[in-house]
Amino acid sequence: MSFLALTGQILRKDFRIEVRSREGVNTLLFFSTLLVFLFRFAIGSTETQVREAAPGLLWLAFILTGLWGMARTFQVERENDCLEFLRLAPGDLGGLYLGKLIVGCCLMWATELAILAMFGLFFHLDMWPVIGSLIPVLILGTVGFVAIGTLFAAITANLKAREVMLPLLLFPLMVPILLAASRLTDLGLAGDSLWAEAHWLRLLIGFDVVFVVLGYLTFPFVMED
Amino acid sequence: MDRLARILGVGAGVLLAIGLWMGLVQAPPDAVQGDVQRIMYIHVPSILTAYLAFTVVLVASIAYLLRGSRGWDRLAHASAEVGVVFTGITLATGSIWGKPTWGVWWTWDARLTGTAVLFLIYVGYLMLRSVVDDRDRAGRYAAVVGILGFFDIIFTHMAVKWFRTLHQASTLEKGAIDPALYLPLMVNLGAFVTLYIYFLLRRVRLGTLEEAVEAEVLGG
Repeated sequence: MSFLALTGQILRKDFRIEVRSREGVNTLLFFSTLLVFLFRFAIGSTETQVREAAPGLLWLAFILTGLWGMARTFQVERENDCLEFLRLAPGDLGGLYLGKLIVGCCLMWATELAILAMFGLFFHLDMWPVIGSLIPVLILGTVGFVAIGTLFAAITANLKAREVMLPLLLFPLMVPILLAASRLTDLGLAGDSLWAEAHWLRLLIGFDVVFVVLGYLTFPFVMED
Repeated sequence: MDRLARILGVGAGVLLAIGLWMGLVQAPPDAVQGDVQRIMYIHVPSILTAYLAFTVVLVASIAYLLRGSRGWDRLAHASAEVGVVFTGITLATGSIWGKPTWGVWWTWDARLTGTAVLFLIYVGYLMLRSVVDDRDRAGRYAAVVGILGFFDIIFTHMAVKWFRTLHQASTLEKGAIDPALYLPLMVNLGAFVTLYIYFLLRRVRLGTLEEAVEAEVLGG
């Protein structure tokens, strides 16, 4: 099986599971709603406080919900020893990584749009006029996050201490994304062009390329048994 | 190997003594900061040695994934441990240096943040190793984290630099340092690198012995 065929199979399988159970989207939505509520209580009540904290909190919300989303991508495979069978899939296991990466990104993007809408609703931020400049940031930031998250989720899925090991490994590596994406989100929310600080955009693009390639190359070693 | 390690150990001790004497006694105090600046003779060599250590982790990790020989894995593990120690020394001495010069023990400056992230990544690396029982699997997982962590640090350094910086420019950048301070710094750097290689050899040997004992106990 060519690796793209394997990617296609994973996509079909995971999307079918998601459509039938809606477990991923439902849990992520509920969790992110709770987060938005907690953030609102935590940062104080004036509109300026809210506006200043919004970009960072937005990305914190993405990363915290994403942590659960990432862990799930491989935990669904633990039931009935599915992971064992995936390991035996013919062809390049990098295809499996690519499939999981795409599924993870789609799940994250859906959740992120919902969180964005909730921020707009509960924090009184007008998202419609700026959505055009926020979407590229969401896309670029998420790919890098999921590229590392998927790989680390595969590593930690088999560990006893997986709940604590995944964030321990993942969070320190997220510093560049958190800085770049929240800065760009800040620009976007202010209605400025992202190109005003193009170096952050370049950093995100570079990060995405490097870590998708590294993830693709190293994933087969993680799956080896 | 054992003899080489012993010679390196003695050499590191002697070099360190000379370097510290040069740095603390012979070199003139800094024109602006006075004696406080002398902490540089430990601070700068330790971070440079840490970078060397993590580069060795990267190379050994790639080699382990490609070749699968236990030796590469032991080298990566040993180098990461020593690297974390030197990064810890850098953070501690930096903090002590920061209090009299900047007035605070810690500030969210680019270099500090970057180094702290470096520390956290490799502490995570060591923790991952400790929670995986199977050696080969621990080695493969750790190698992946070691490779990704290294590349991530490059991005982190760019990001935190644009975020903000207060730290003085790198000591080794051209013209940043007077020749009278340069020589003691280089001697100390030599001492730290020798010390690193000594620790590395000892730690690799320890790893080899651990595995041998384990094999004997399980086998017998």
